[in-house]
Amino acid sequence: MANAIQQISAVTAMNLRSVPSRLGTSMVIVIGIAGVVGVLVALLSMARGFELTLATTGRPDRAIVMRGGSNDELSSVLMRDQAQVVMDAPGVAKGSDGKPLAIGELYMITDIAKRGATTPNNVVVRGTTARVLELRPEAKIVEGRMFTPGVREVVVGRTAQKQFAGLNIGDKVDVRDGPWTVVGVFDSKGDVHESELWVDVDALMTASRRQAYNTVTAQLLSADAFRAYKDALTSDPRVTVQAQREPDYYASRSESLNQLITVLGYSVAVIMGIGALFGALNTMYAAVATRSVEIATLRAIGFGSGPVVVSVILEALALAAAGGVLGGAIAYVFFNGYTVSALNMQTFSQVAFQFRVTPDLLWKGVIWACGIGLLGGLMPAVRAARLPIVDALRSA
Amino acid sequence: MSEAIVSLRGVSKSYVRGKQSVEVLQKLDLSISRGDFLALMGPSGSGKTTLLNLIGGLDHPSAGEVVVGGQRIDQLSSGALAQWRSHHVGFVFQFYNLLGVLSAEKNVELPLLLTPLSKAQRARHVATALEIVGLADRAKHKPSELSGGQAQRVAIARALVADPTLLVCDEPTGDLDRKTADEILGLLQTLNRQHGKTIVMVTHDPKAAEYATHQLHMDKGRLIEQSANA
Amino acid sequence: MKYLPLIWAALGRRKPRTILTGLSIAVAFLLYGMLNAVNVAFNNGVEIAGVDRLVTTGRYSITQILPYGHEAQIRSLPGVEQVAASNWFGGYYQDQRNFFPQFAVEQEAYLSMYPEIVLPAEQKQAFFNTRTGVVVAKTLAERFHWKLGDKIPMQAGIWPLKDGGNVWTFDLVGIFDTANPKDRSQYEMMLIRYDYFDEARQFAKGTAGWYVSKIKNANEAGTLAKQIDALFANSPNETRTDTEKAFNQGFIKQLGDIGLIIRSILGAVFFTLLFLTGNTMMQSVRERIPELAVLKTLGYSDPLVLALVLGESLLLTLIAALVGLGLATILLPGMAAHLPGFSGLTITAQAAVAALGIATLLAIVVGLPPALRAMRLDIVTALSGH
Repeated sequence: MANAIQQISAVTAMNLRSVPSRLGTSMVIVIGIAGVVGVLVALLSMARGFELTLATTGRPDRAIVMRGGSNDELSSVLMRDQAQVVMDAPGVAKGSDGKPLAIGELYMITDIAKRGATTPNNVVVRGTTARVLELRPEAKIVEGRMFTPGVREVVVGRTAQKQFAGLNIGDKVDVRDGPWTVVGVFDSKGDVHESELWVDVDALMTASRRQAYNTVTAQLLSADAFRAYKDALTSDPRVTVQAQREPDYYASRSESLNQLITVLGYSVAVIMGIGALFGALNTMYAAVATRSVEIATLRAIGFGSGPVVVSVILEALALAAAGGVLGGAIAYVFFNGYTVSALNMQTFSQVAFQFRVTPDLLWKGVIWACGIGLLGGLMPAVRAARLPIVDALRSA
Repeated sequence: MSEAIVSLRGVSKSYVRGKQSVEVLQKLDLSISRGDFLALMGPSGSGKTTLLNLIGGLDHPSAGEVVVGGQRIDQLSSGALAQWRSHHVGFVFQFYNLLGVLSAEKNVELPLLLTPLSKAQRARHVATALEIVGLADRAKHKPSELSGGQAQRVAIARALVADPTLLVCDEPTGDLDRKTADEILGLLQTLNRQHGKTIVMVTHDPKAAEYATHQLHMDKGRLIEQSANA
Repeated sequence: MKYLPLIWAALGRRKPRTILTGLSIAVAFLLYGMLNAVNVAFNNGVEIAGVDRLVTTGRYSITQILPYGHEAQIRSLPGVEQVAASNWFGGYYQDQRNFFPQFAVEQEAYLSMYPEIVLPAEQKQAFFNTRTGVVVAKTLAERFHWKLGDKIPMQAGIWPLKDGGNVWTFDLVGIFDTANPKDRSQYEMMLIRYDYFDEARQFAKGTAGWYVSKIKNANEAGTLAKQIDALFANSPNETRTDTEKAFNQGFIKQLGDIGLIIRSILGAVFFTLLFLTGNTMMQSVRERIPELAVLKTLGYSDPLVLALVLGESLLLTLIAALVGLGLATILLPGMAAHLPGFSGLTITAQAAVAALGIATLLAIVVGLPPALRAMRLDIVTALSGH
């Protein structure tokens, strides 16, 4: 056994030492696999970023309540009296003013162009109250001030401000029934709300001539209080509503796009991987061919065929792993933190999110790289082991 | 002495190797008549291959005049020289230099691709050339399926096929055993005697040189002895 | 052309290498073909949108509702031929994941202005005669195994019934196809009757989501759009009118920059390929230096040798590109069947031409360095290398 390991390391060292002299062909494996891994990691990091943005929105001790049967905030309608029942239900925490810390909100869409473009985008306008900063303490006004109740003023999420045109303090933005004034910018740690515009709910109701809310968001006494709260609402004959923990709701809104990008990512990576595999096979066959004399010499002095096979595979793996690391690094350098805004069909609204190249994605990339390297090294390795010693030596 | 087909006047050739300039040929004068079969002999480094390259239009002299078939070729551009070679010179090399991926007939056809001949005409010429070298039955074989002697015959057919003014052979038997070498030299002799081909052959083998009509000995870039064979 | 056998033979010099390289290139073009087809499908909505159809939405968002009274006012404009109120139904069949669009439309007006939707006459009549009737795209019927006469229960996503119920049961009375199969993805939808929908829904009665108008003269689209919006200016329900083309374009843009993503992926693919193919060509020329020198000895000119090496690289990439595109053509229908909303994925003539253009460019980029090397080859040096 020790002998086998000695043999393997001797042959592998010999192979790897000759890599620099075959740099061109060796780079085919490295770059081919870097391409596959780069694309895979970049696409998965997009899916991951989107997923994380939605999954980190909300807190488990808050509940979002919609009309029973509605899938999302936009399609939900809660009449004022229903909303009152929801806000007064047991389990809702009291705010600093002693009233239940729950807000009936309006959820509307308005068209705003992206920076440098003219076509409309569905941007969320959330009608809420100034208490929203107490209900969602993750949101802080970082510039300007909060809107004034009853006045046509807007505070914009920081990512919304970066993605869309004309959302600086003092700018006028069409919300409903004419222009409203941007008076502040809020930061909510990059969650979904940061892609939104927040306005006073009563001002928005007046401007849009709406009488009903879309949803109620409530601060519960604790995360554990949710079940009792949900049951209380379900059993209340006055309302047909469904309560969800905020993170559950928002996470569920990422499934569709997430799945789409993930499927795209893996499909492309599989096809590209096949292409890279051909490249790897090419390189390793060439590597075996150029060293057939050395390999035959080693076999002639008594090296087993096992160490030869293993050493060829190890070389392919080493090059592939280098490609995997390179691809991951490229994806990280170019895409990590890159912000885009896309239409989330599940909420029919724009969500800005960052590509997130996380360690597990990088790890996944290296695993893929090694998988391709293993396949690419296997057949050439077997060819090397089967090389007829005498012929190979004669061709020297 | 009949009409000179190759004539060199004051030809010198030097190469720069590192900081040193090596003079391979020194002010050489030479004349080869139409119908000659000339054997160029001499030790390694005597300049015989360089001389052959100049006559075959593969290289330019550093000084002097090279006239082949009445045309000065020492000042032609490399493009014009290539065109000139395709019309006037057939090459035979020590290692045959056939294209391994092509069959014997396709190898022979290569020079004809540069001519305006039709496909059928090319095929006829190729068949004739292979006939002359006695390999008509090996037309479809790849070089790897031929013996050394056969491969060299194919190379000779390739050199012949475009009916050049001059055949230039660089150690054509250097890689062959005695018997095969004699066959090849016999073939060259036949080409010279029966087809009137002018041949210049570099060789270090005195036996090979005996097949030629003339011998020319070189040393250190100079002609040292010229003799006509009986 | 007479050099073709020579070029072909050069590619056959190391068959495994040529085949493996060719397969890598083919795979790249397979990916190109597939992604391009997806991109085309996305943009098809813009391509096929009628220039003589206008879409009128709320001024601030498509999600606003507009009074039904708008319809008569739009219809009264002289340039307008036909108007159909439309609504997003937003329901789902069995599971939320089974997404497909459902529209509640004024059936007769709508079908008359979309001649690309082909519905057998008797089924069309049945749709006009059945208030609870719906018609669906052939591809949808196939996906959910629906037959004419089926009762289709749809979960309401937005619109509950008057009694608060959440399940709408429709009668399938028609299955339509598109005049051109490649437009199928654009019309993969269910059409519900607006009159029944408006009567049965719980709230927002007497409103519509948007209006589609067919105009008499496509050249007047810009003017008419302004005229329509002027009708409702300064009213509580202002509108924004665009051609269907501009409307679809805006919507596609808002999905996110799909074109950019696809271009980036393909950019990475072809960049990678550049190294792979380039390496093969370099190797191939390096190994053949003596052979190339022989050709030059025989009188092959420098430009001809350059052309031969470039021709070799071109032949390789073009054949591989055609193989890749061929594979894509074979695989696309199967892929479309698994991608809801992407029926009719095909490789367009433009995409094929562009692919061959890319292949040519690739061939030149990877072939030129070795071709130049071959061209500049010094015969004497190369031959003495033996």
